Amino acid sequence: MLYREALNRAIDEAMEKDESVVILGEDVGRYGGSYRVSEGLISKYGEKRVIDTPIAELSIVGNAIGMAIGGLRPIAEIMTENFSLLAFDQIINHASKLRYMSGGKITLPLTIRMAGGVSRQLAAQHSENYETMLSSVPGLYVLCASNATYAYHALKWAIFSNDPVIFLEHELLYPVDMEFREVKDFNPFKAEIVKEGKDLTIVTYFKMRYDVIEAEKELAKAGIDAEIIDLNSLRPIDIETIAKSIKKTKKCVIVEEDHKTGGMGAEIAAQIMENCFYDLDAPILRIAGEDVPIPYNRKLELASIPTPDKIVTKILKWKAENGI
Amino acid sequence: MKASEVKTFYYLMKLGRRFEEAAKEEYMKGNIAGFLHLDIGQEAVSVGTMQAFDKGDVFTHYREHVLAIARGMDPKVIMAELFGKKTGISKGKGGSMHLFEPNLSFYGGDAIVGGQFPMAVGCAYARKLEGENAGVFAIGGDGATNGGAFFESINLAAAWKLPIIFFIENNYYAIGTRIGWVSPFEELYNKAKNYMPSVRINGMDVFEVYNEVMKAKEYIENGLGPYFIEAETYRFEGHSMSDNGKYRSEEEMEIFKRRDPIENLKNKALKLGIVEKEFFDETDKKIEKEIAEAVEFAANSPEPEIEELHTDVYCKECENVVS
Ligand SMILES: Cc1ncc(C[n+]2csc(CCOP(=O)(O)OP(=O)(O)O)c2C)c(N)n1
Repeated sequence: MLYREALNRAIDEAMEKDESVVILGEDVGRYGGSYRVSEGLISKYGEKRVIDTPIAELSIVGNAIGMAIGGLRPIAEIMTENFSLLAFDQIINHASKLRYMSGGKITLPLTIRMAGGVSRQLAAQHSENYETMLSSVPGLYVLCASNATYAYHALKWAIFSNDPVIFLEHELLYPVDMEFREVKDFNPFKAEIVKEGKDLTIVTYFKMRYDVIEAEKELAKAGIDAEIIDLNSLRPIDIETIAKSIKKTKKCVIVEEDHKTGGMGAEIAAQIMENCFYDLDAPILRIAGEDVPIPYNRKLELASIPTPDKIVTKILKWKAENGI
Repeated sequence: MKASEVKTFYYLMKLGRRFEEAAKEEYMKGNIAGFLHLDIGQEAVSVGTMQAFDKGDVFTHYREHVLAIARGMDPKVIMAELFGKKTGISKGKGGSMHLFEPNLSFYGGDAIVGGQFPMAVGCAYARKLEGENAGVFAIGGDGATNGGAFFESINLAAAWKLPIIFFIENNYYAIGTRIGWVSPFEELYNKAKNYMPSVRINGMDVFEVYNEVMKAKEYIENGLGPYFIEAETYRFEGHSMSDNGKYRSEEEMEIFKRRDPIENLKNKALKLGIVEKEFFDETDKKIEKEIAEAVEFAANSPEPEIEELHTDVYCKECENVVS
């Protein structure tokens, strides 16, 4: 199943099941969604539930908050993550805090979906990862869909959750055909062990999952048996799964696409230090995007983010340096 | 309608059109990537505005190749930027949506819809403080008039009586959303008329665009405050290369194609006998050569060195402090 089809199916089934579910955003209706995620929904559920909005992200999110207060279950779509910055005030000052500020009286069944990540040569204003900023905000759940199975189940969970959920989708994954499984007792916060191994733990998420899987093949040739963990949820982080793995492998590498400084990797590393310092045999290695805006030129763009090659090289160098 | 004006307008519009057609071709061949927003159909706006507004500062959005050309940017360095080359106007770091040249007072290519307006207002403030009255020209699409940045900008520009022209290219569509679906009216000059003089013009007629901007320019130069122009126009292509534009009807496309600003200017000038046919033929030939040279220049230029990844994040002096 295509990644975007999994998302479409989750929304479709949620809308079918519950009339209070609505979707709003730029081009989500008549156009079918800029990444075709909402394709076909308007003909099924009509303009009143599949709502085309102006290019006004602050309003999209703010209106969705109001809709939630008013009794609906809105799914707000932000065309790409960069534009979510225009809505950060509504997301952070309002969505994340209303429940707390009202002493628990206000409930916000709100899902904010956004397309993000470094795609292909879209340059600095269309290529960002803001999961770190969003994950630092109490009151929000932040989910990061890297595959069709998780995308489908997690999005459905998010829509019926009574708290605001930030739901991140990677632009490069929309057209990818993926394996799909129905999962019973789905837990959106549980990390997935993509591959078991005994020599080192690689913690990753989002599109980097695939770069790590590629890299792992090379590492295997070098005799390294790596365990790969895809986090899925960034707030909260499933530190339990990570800790269990590190207990076994004693070594940890974190791979993320976002800029290194203050990135998710920094948070994950800090949690590892708090939870499993004595299990580690080597310093944690962080492989992340460079601290630069994303350039247009393809060569520079690839140099700005981790790639399978770079992941392999950095891990081998780190191993040698640390005598492991 | 003076012969010299017809000649200049025709040359620039046709140069812009051929540039875009060549860019489209190179995109298909894989030499250009990312988002490529073509201006085909809207050349009268790009050329008319930049010819009239020849001194002050220009702030624009991502559909800006022809604006940049009409502003005086060399098609070669624009094409090289589209190719992601070192010789491009932004060293290949910006791409199609990010063309900037302070020497031409061109603060172009902002890819955040509406993001250019507040900056344009700030620049107008700075210029006014310096005692400059050439003013600022801020251009954007119809879709940009629904965002907070737009409303905040017209409000402040009017409150502070700043020398700024707001210019909206109303091509009716923001990607696949028709303006009338998400705005209470399609005639967008209504949005500014309580704040400043606000007019709607035919954006398919380069002379009308030129004359209206001349009028607006005189108004802001006299220190009377901001001015708003809405130009009705149409993009003949999709929003970008990844959009097939299917949401528009054939009939609508036909109506606007009949209003092609380049063909109409040529035919009118010929009919009135202002400019001879030879001029158009020779100009077309000259443009073919220029565009071929631009593509060749871009194709043969080197890529940026890998070291460029880390330059231009901070200015040189600051880099020393940081490292
Ligand atoms: C803040 C923001 N939201 C969404 C987008 C995605 N987007 C890019 S162009 C565009 C349509 C803009 O239409 P309009 O302003 O009419 O200009 P045109 O493309 O017609 O020149 C949209 C929605 C963006 N770039 N910035």
